Amino acid sequence: MNNALYTGKLVHLTAVDPETYAASMVKWRRDSEFLRLMDSDPARQFSIKEMKEWAEKQQEKNPPANYWFLIRKLDQDQIIGDIGLFEISWPAGDSFVGVGIGERDLWGNGYGTDAMNVILRYAFTELCLHRVSLTVFEYNPRGLRSYQKCGFREEGRLRQYLHRDGRRWDLIFMGLLREEWHKLNRES
Amino acid sequence: MYDMQIQLFDGQRIRLTEIDYDKDYEIESRWTHDSEFMRLLEFGPAYPLSPAQIKKRYEALEKQVREEKNLFHFRIRAREDDRLVGLASIEWIEWTNGNGFLKFGIGSAQDRSQGLGTETLQILLRYAFNELNLYRLTAMVQEYNQAAIALLHKAGFMEEVRRRQCLLRDNRRWDLINFGLLQSEWREQS
Repeated sequence: MNNALYTGKLVHLTAVDPETYAASMVKWRRDSEFLRLMDSDPARQFSIKEMKEWAEKQQEKNPPANYWFLIRKLDQDQIIGDIGLFEISWPAGDSFVGVGIGERDLWGNGYGTDAMNVILRYAFTELCLHRVSLTVFEYNPRGLRSYQKCGFREEGRLRQYLHRDGRRWDLIFMGLLREEWHKLNRES
Repeated sequence: MYDMQIQLFDGQRIRLTEIDYDKDYEIESRWTHDSEFMRLLEFGPAYPLSPAQIKKRYEALEKQVREEKNLFHFRIRAREDDRLVGLASIEWIEWTNGNGFLKFGIGSAQDRSQGLGTETLQILLRYAFNELNLYRLTAMVQEYNQAAIALLHKAGFMEEVRRRQCLLRDNRRWDLINFGLLQSEWREQS
């Protein structure tokens, strides 16, 4: 088996098994900081049953509506997060990417950046997208730095979009074009 | 004295109303066959819908209003004869953050470029900020939609995000622009 397409330096991407996903996600969702980095909705929790059914629903469509993976560590195969390409516009070749490392002990060690590099290669060489988009919250400088390292450029900010802890925060938009990604990856 | 008699849905020449299930669907089906209009209103591929499909859309819209409570949608009518001239909505509302997205269009070709869009926008802003109490509004516009861009600038919106080359139309790449207006900015100017 050759799974080089799904393999990075620290992690590899595998299929989402709803049961495994639900068990991990429900555990991670007890961490409100994780939720607030992932989503602009109010932080909230769901049962394993609910998360499993939600994951199954995501997978009903064939071909898939989203290209969604579990992130596993290369050394122990432990599940540490998930990543996916969502809201794909095929005529324009654009998609949003979202990534989350649920295991907070691993934050700041390059696992998210590595997973992002793997899914960008997949987006540009397998799905042949023209660009990949993402949004990141102003209060998430770790995420912002990681995305910059992968080559994303800031494309603007929805001012004061979020309301957390009595303060307003911007929603930052970033984008990476296929030609920019090719250039970065030829040079390295 | 506090004047609550301002009619929130009424402009000078138009008013915002509910859907008319008996009449609107035939007209809206015709609009979806106008590919130029659809390329200005929507971001996905233009695709015509039958009157029956439009009716189904109405039901889906009203279901979303009932269940998710994150959408306010209107039909725009001319006050002179009550004819349907366009569509307007505030959608994807996030109540905890106080933000929403604007979408509107004048569907009948003969009613465009008469200032009805400007009037619609004024009513939508008043509704979003004085009735829904939103903190900010966003409007997404294609780079080639010059009329909408001019309209939003005139209403005080600021260009905030430019997603480069996000659209491909007629063999050309176009940016997708997000405009934003804060409630505080709207109050200062009105």
